[in-house]
Amino acid sequence: MQFSTIYNIFIRDFRKQKKRLTLTLLALGWGTISIMLLLAFGEGIHRQMHINQKGMGEGIAILWGGQTQIPFKGLGKGRPIRLHAEDPQFIKSRVPDIKYITGEYHRWGARVKYKDVVLSEHVSGNAPEFEQMRNFIPDRGGRMINALDVKLRRRVTFLGDQLKVRLFGDEDPIGKRIQVHGVPFTVIGVMIPKMQMSSYSGMDEDMLSIPNTTFKAVFGDPWLDNIVYQPYNINDMENVERQIYEAMGAKYKFDPKDERALGIWDYAESSREFNNMMTGIKLFLGIIGGLTLLIAGVGVANIMYVSIKERTREIGIKMAVGARKSYVLTQFLIEALIITFGGGFGGMAISYVMTEGFKRIPIESDVLEFMGRPTVSLEIGLIVVTILGIMGLLSGLFPAMKAASVNPVESLRYE
Amino acid sequence: MQSIMKLRQVRKAYTTGTVTFEALRGINLMVNRGEFIAVVGPSGSGKSTLMNIMGCLDIPTSGEYRFENQLVNSLSPNQLADIRNRKVGFVFQAFNLLPYATTYENVEIPLLFAKVSGRKRKQRITELLARLGLADKAANKPTELSGGEMQRVAIARALANEPDVILADEPTGNLDSASGAEIVNIFRELWQSGKTVIVISHDVSIAEHAERIVRLKDGLIETNGDLSREQPASGTDNQSLS
Repeated sequence: MQFSTIYNIFIRDFRKQKKRLTLTLLALGWGTISIMLLLAFGEGIHRQMHINQKGMGEGIAILWGGQTQIPFKGLGKGRPIRLHAEDPQFIKSRVPDIKYITGEYHRWGARVKYKDVVLSEHVSGNAPEFEQMRNFIPDRGGRMINALDVKLRRRVTFLGDQLKVRLFGDEDPIGKRIQVHGVPFTVIGVMIPKMQMSSYSGMDEDMLSIPNTTFKAVFGDPWLDNIVYQPYNINDMENVERQIYEAMGAKYKFDPKDERALGIWDYAESSREFNNMMTGIKLFLGIIGGLTLLIAGVGVANIMYVSIKERTREIGIKMAVGARKSYVLTQFLIEALIITFGGGFGGMAISYVMTEGFKRIPIESDVLEFMGRPTVSLEIGLIVVTILGIMGLLSGLFPAMKAASVNPVESLRYE
Repeated sequence: MQSIMKLRQVRKAYTTGTVTFEALRGINLMVNRGEFIAVVGPSGSGKSTLMNIMGCLDIPTSGEYRFENQLVNSLSPNQLADIRNRKVGFVFQAFNLLPYATTYENVEIPLLFAKVSGRKRKQRITELLARLGLADKAANKPTELSGGEMQRVAIARALANEPDVILADEPTGNLDSASGAEIVNIFRELWQSGKTVIVISHDVSIAEHAERIVRLKDGLIETNGDLSREQPASGTDNQSLS
């Protein structure tokens, strides 16, 4: 039958059972709002956590020296494996899948002095690749350590944003001279603030970076503390890891299967696990919202059953003039879907307005740095529309089947 | 004459809980194309049940019913719906119009089910409404019409898909005598135009117009013949079928 006819019937029914339909629409709207908001908060937390997680870097791995656990070629176990300054270059030459790799030194409690301010701080000897790999992004007016700094062992330093505040306060530090370990350094840049959730050597905001070549010259450390690398493709992580064990095993004479000889933290793997966890949380929130919505679905089924009872005669008349069962079925299904989507889209619109409003509330708090702001994504919209569709069909299907099974003779007698 | 409906030993039983009631107890009847038949009998004699079965609204519990030589017992619900849509037009005592729909829309319904195109629907409805004197009532809802008008709308609806058979169940039962006479005239005209008309009625004036009168009693055919001639019509009695 024409849509206009179905629409007319719907409007007439609406007038007849205004209160019941309004309540059902409210329940549907409420269910939709709860599922939308729960999913939106889940999404907000996920996105914020993702940003926080990216603080340390994306698709990277950290490599440390270790101790052999398996005797190898006549060498006993328990031998320490240390990383040398030339190892990053060596690994890159053997493992072509690596995009960036660089060695890093650390010194905690180094004396850092600017004018009258004397601090005991963490110094990292690193390299330009940290800008890409570890998100050491310079704030306006400054720069990160570059290749020439490393090559010429320049005494330049890049400050974490919190350290900059401790050392300089509001003063512009770029081009200023500070002393590190008694040696004068020029400040070339300050890191833009970032959220960092994981770390292997303290927070980047509290760190002072200098070229790793300069570090070796100033502090005289014989060994690298760790190596940071990033493969071209995040899916190659395991493959790259195996190749590093093989290359380093050949160089330092340990069994490539000796997992204790080197320590590798696959941060990408942590990201994946984290993502799985977040998916679990979102699923949980979605299920809670879905159950709320389900109650509204029962309401739709209820109103449809009542509507069928009131329209038994009408169904009979239509069957007498030639309506097939499938028509009756479709008509009631469409009506259930109209009600479901009517309430659903209302709820969606309200939730969208609510989340947008929440985003605009100007509050700065540490809680928000972890919780983020609720976000309605296209994905959430599609999920909710799908759930509404399935629910509308289900809550309409059983009443519709009942309507289609009406005996035309009896329904014509129905008053 | 060509037969359009054949009933052989048709029985129909209704079961309510443990009680079974036999509304029809073995009906043998043959209806020829273009006949005007009146079905009469006291209430509870099975008239309406017979009409429901003849109109494919219901199927017999046992026995054989052929509509245009098709065995109705074996047809699917969709095939039955299509027969009701295209081959049979129903007119009820209580009119059975859709209350929220206008005259135009009520007549349009069978055409919609028959998937007639919009232009043809409009043409057909306009034609029918003019023929039944309802041209100025097209936009009115049933509550705004008189009983006679409502029944004319119902007849227009029954005629929408140009069926061969018109089945009417007490079509004048809810009408005053003037409107009733008007409706009877319409049936007569339909019959004259070649339709097969079967009317269930207590109304003597309808029975007077009919070619043949079938009298039911307790689920069986009591008499079957031309009342005016008071003799059984040949070829349509019980024996001719068995």
